[in-house]
Amino acid sequence: MGEQPNPAVELAIETRGLTKRFGHQTAVNAVDLAVPRGSVFGFLGPNGSGKTTTIRLALGLAAATSGQVSVLGQTMPGRLKDVLPRVGALVEGPGFYPFLSGAANLHRLDSADRYAPSATRRARVHRALDRVGLGHAAGKKVGAYSLGMKQRLGLANALLMPRELLVLDEPTNGLDPQGTREVRNLVRSLAAEGTTVFVSSHLLAEVEQMCSHIAVMSVGSLVAQGTLDELRRAGESRVRVRTPDIAAALRVLAALGLAPEQTEPPGRAGGDGNDDSHDDGVVSAPLAPDSRPAEAIVAALVAGGVRVRGFTVERASLEDRFVALTGEGFDIAQ
Amino acid sequence: MLLALAAVPVLIAVAVRLSSSPPEPGRGPPFLDRVTQNGLFVSITALVVCIPLFLPLTVGVVAGDTIAGEANLGTLRYLLVVPAGRVRLLLVKFAGAAAFCLAATLTVVASGALIGAALFPVGPVTLLSGDTISVGESILRSLLVAGYVTVSLLGLSAIGLFISTLTVVPVGAMAATIVLSVVAQVLGALPQFEWLHPWLFSHYWLDFADLLRQPIAWTSFGDNALLQAGYAAVFGALAYGRFVTKDILS
Repeated sequence: MGEQPNPAVELAIETRGLTKRFGHQTAVNAVDLAVPRGSVFGFLGPNGSGKTTTIRLALGLAAATSGQVSVLGQTMPGRLKDVLPRVGALVEGPGFYPFLSGAANLHRLDSADRYAPSATRRARVHRALDRVGLGHAAGKKVGAYSLGMKQRLGLANALLMPRELLVLDEPTNGLDPQGTREVRNLVRSLAAEGTTVFVSSHLLAEVEQMCSHIAVMSVGSLVAQGTLDELRRAGESRVRVRTPDIAAALRVLAALGLAPEQTEPPGRAGGDGNDDSHDDGVVSAPLAPDSRPAEAIVAALVAGGVRVRGFTVERASLEDRFVALTGEGFDIAQ
Repeated sequence: MLLALAAVPVLIAVAVRLSSSPPEPGRGPPFLDRVTQNGLFVSITALVVCIPLFLPLTVGVVAGDTIAGEANLGTLRYLLVVPAGRVRLLLVKFAGAAAFCLAATLTVVASGALIGAALFPVGPVTLLSGDTISVGESILRSLLVAGYVTVSLLGLSAIGLFISTLTVVPVGAMAATIVLSVVAQVLGALPQFEWLHPWLFSHYWLDFADLLRQPIAWTSFGDNALLQAGYAAVFGALAYGRFVTKDILS
């Protein structure tokens, strides 16, 4: 599903038929992901839909059962040693030594990187900690950090070196609203510097606010992929007519080739204090993209003797779109 | 753990010092009767006491924790994403375990020498062959014995490293490594398994007495080193085979 990736666009992450099975369970099923360079790519899906497994496969932590992954133009995991130094990652929550301080943890991880110059290590650790707002807690033991602070430390780790690609798995998990906001700003500023940011999340609102592209996973499969606008447009629109003449409205809309239904019985849609509206009901119908313009529908209704007291065209929210794609189990509210 | 190891020689020395009658030859651990004559023997006695259980226990804890401990904390995936390199990580972890073996035995030897010197007379040492060597050379011999014991523990370290790649539960890897060291010693004590004895990694553990003769007999040192190198190679290869293709899901 989704649009075909344009071969002219350079891809930061590309998977073809990526599949991972654990025993009989297929965690990732034939995923064709195309993450353009320079994008902020939201990777959405309910918990357990295969997002983290896909990320593990892309980072060479796990081997694919079949299919290929290439990151920054190089195949993984074959070219892992060339690719990973250019990638910063936060994978499935932070993992640090609780008995070391935040700064000491970053020092240790940085010294494991053969490409990271030790001369600038202290300064880079300091800068990364400042960037995620942990400057004051740098000397504190990680065991004493809150979940949000650990999450920030995980982000700082991804920012130790200048990266071409950042893979952030649920970066705002455990963060307070201010922290979430800071992460959004951080992602925007990184994207402005030209870094491709791949963010997995089950938080729709968050992704909607910072991403230029979106892919949606459901039960191991990729069900949609494209720019934010493309996905919004793909959702269906509905007309809603508020009127006391339910039967007439249904008849007129059906005559226009729509499939109307009564969404609210008479007397339920009122309540704005207007005496006229106490007997209103609502009739609504899905609107195909190629159907006649809204004003023509109003005209037909009025001509059909329907007392139109309210008329709206509702564009489906991204949320509706995702529920449609992934089923009701999607934990958007979290 | 090093503190606990350092306490063993202290315990031995204090116990011998406080008891009214000197230990009789042939009773208690080997070399115990010599402690009152020369404090330098506390080190050797303590090593003999520690080798069957205490040292393998601490080595099992360290070696079992190498990979499984990182996996359990979630730091393993970050090290690999850095990328630290899987082979490099294994080598560093094995080197770390080996360094601990050395630190552990040196701790016992040093602590024994210090407490021995504090509580008992120190003088030229009479070797098992009857020759007498100076204090300086006896310290050298103690270090040699420490080296022997360190090498002895490398096979077990490699086994622990391999087991550690199999699980994300460090305690499980530690326990399995320690159990294996006990099983090897039990098998080594049963004459019915005599054919197996030369192949047990614990076979030469207590054979460092050759280093306390004049001239030094190096055969047991060489045999032991070869056996331990074999174990390190086999279990190192197993650990490599397991870890390099392992899916890191923790």
